[in-house]
Amino acid sequence: MSVYINADTKVIVQGITGETALFHTKQMLEYGTKIVAGVTPGKGGQVIEGVPVFNTVEEAVSQTGANVSVIYVPAPFAADAIMEAVDAELDMTICITEHIPVLDMVKVKRYMEGKKTRLVGPNCPGVITSEECKIGIMPGYIHTKGHVGVVSRSGTLTYEAVHQLTQAGIGQSTAVGIGGDPVNGTNFIDVLSEFNNDPQTYAVVMIGEIGGTAEEEAAEWIKANMTKPVVGFIGGQTAPPGKRMGHAGAIISGGKGTAKEKIKAMNEAGIEVAPTPSVIGETLIKVIKEKGLYEQCKTH
Amino acid sequence: MNIHEYQGKEILRKYGVTVPNGKVAFSPDEAVKVAKELGSNVIVVKAQIHAGGRGKAGGVKIAKNLEEVRTYAKELLGKILVTHQTGPEGKEVKRLYIEEGSDIQKEYYLSFVLDRATSRVTLMGSEEGGMDIEEVAEHSPEKIFKEVIDPVAGLLPFQARRMAFHMNIPTKLINKAAKLMLGLYEAFVDKDASILEINPLVVTGSEEVVALDAKFNFDSNGLYRHKDIVELRDYDEEDPKEIEASKHDLSYISLDGNIGCMVNGAGLAMATMDTISYYGGKPANFLDVGGGATAEKVTEAFKIILSDQNVKGIFVNIFGGIMKCDVIAEGVITAAKEVGLSVPLVVRLEGTNVGLGKELLNASGLNIVAADSMADGAEKIVELVG
Repeated sequence: MSVYINADTKVIVQGITGETALFHTKQMLEYGTKIVAGVTPGKGGQVIEGVPVFNTVEEAVSQTGANVSVIYVPAPFAADAIMEAVDAELDMTICITEHIPVLDMVKVKRYMEGKKTRLVGPNCPGVITSEECKIGIMPGYIHTKGHVGVVSRSGTLTYEAVHQLTQAGIGQSTAVGIGGDPVNGTNFIDVLSEFNNDPQTYAVVMIGEIGGTAEEEAAEWIKANMTKPVVGFIGGQTAPPGKRMGHAGAIISGGKGTAKEKIKAMNEAGIEVAPTPSVIGETLIKVIKEKGLYEQCKTH
Repeated sequence: MNIHEYQGKEILRKYGVTVPNGKVAFSPDEAVKVAKELGSNVIVVKAQIHAGGRGKAGGVKIAKNLEEVRTYAKELLGKILVTHQTGPEGKEVKRLYIEEGSDIQKEYYLSFVLDRATSRVTLMGSEEGGMDIEEVAEHSPEKIFKEVIDPVAGLLPFQARRMAFHMNIPTKLINKAAKLMLGLYEAFVDKDASILEINPLVVTGSEEVVALDAKFNFDSNGLYRHKDIVELRDYDEEDPKEIEASKHDLSYISLDGNIGCMVNGAGLAMATMDTISYYGGKPANFLDVGGGATAEKVTEAFKIILSDQNVKGIFVNIFGGIMKCDVIAEGVITAAKEVGLSVPLVVRLEGTNVGLGKELLNASGLNIVAADSMADGAEKIVELVG
């Protein structure tokens, strides 16, 4: 078991003929991901890296039985690509593309209401179930199979956390990057509840950052529902208010969304928060030792 | 991206929103000329800077005649305005907005913002206009009303009317107020705004509903489809290093410390700043070189960091996903050679092509301190800067 994706997941790469998409298609194939189709309008009929290319997502699904897509389409066309994936009734679409106009995403969210597809991202590193299926842009070699789930708003901080876990002999079940935009498809609570129900996952690392109140809401949910230990980290503890720290969502405005408030909410929910990103792994190990889960989580 | 009040009002006029007549002026002579054209008994001289709180800081003057317009224009142009939004260093006034006076009966507050919780644009209004809305939100939140807008239907007339009634706008002016709100929403969506704030919205003695101020903020991700908005960008209002960075598509924010940072990924960049602070250092900047950076882009990033006179050391912290470590290494080497590296440099590389990146750095002959982890690197650079 794992969360969202596994060795049987059949993947479509939307925008497969672009340079970035090609690079990562190769990396995903090397990792063992079952990429069954690519989509680029007008390039249907080509074969790239052994993967057949189709003109539409609908056609790719009907020809290959794919159930998940990953989107590398440039920002001006990305919202349309997401809606095409939703229309094709995929289980999930993972949007890597950054810089999508926020009003486009407002429209996308409205379009998705009542539809079955789950969106992860945009502006995210993707989802990986260790040693089974890698969908996105994360470096595969840092991940090892195990029992810790990771959910994060930041791509590179996810790598940082996973790397520390692997180095400490703690494997991961699934790592989900939910992305740094203010309007996204999947939030912390969605992923946490999956981890809570996943028998393979014994503990969770949750990485947030300044801006919005998603971490506070997640903390409340954890307090009420989570049966597994969660440790956290919040990026942007030293960020000045009013300055947007790269991610469209990472801004302290009107005194809201500070790291201090988030850490307080998480502590109150019983979540241990790592003081620096370098000790996320250590913090998790300390907590799972306290809960008597260390031996079960130690994978190598 | 922000624009000036006069530019915002120019946009609103096109959407049928009532704003007082007025024009921009860059000199006292121009100010007087505009005032003459307006032919109003009362003229308002308003400093144009990208920050709120201008009124309280003395940036808005009421003139009764042309001589007073000249006096105030002379006084304001070149003045450093310090408001609660400019920081202690303030901002120099280089433009004025010369506007006809309004016969204000009552001031209200209106704004459109994105609400993350609902993923919808939300209209907010209050009869407590003219003052700091954050204070109203804190002390009397029941006086702020909200209308959540369906992106397909848009702001509906009944929602606008309901808002106007909630705000206690006089009954006979409800339709005028609603029409103004519909115009504002249209402008917000058409131009990919992220904030549109009218504070104050006023009701005048001649029974008009008027936007007396206009604060626009645009979604930078939407600017590619709004050349007209991009043209309104005022480079005088921005940090030159941030302008240079934006030309190269780098996400850079100037801070007041002395350790330059170059990182990939916004989250890791913030965390790197946090870690430097944890070890007692002070970051000079936030810099995310992004995912698809080329060696040239990294070189430019390096130059921008070094152009900051306060920088006494640099910490490069890369965890390559899309970003390949060898590309970063190449960029760092080129920049260090081109610019001449005079300060300590600590580099931590991890991720895609890490072996190749480390080899390049070792072979470069540059004086680079290698770090094994983010913490190790932060500790080393803090120690080297002293």
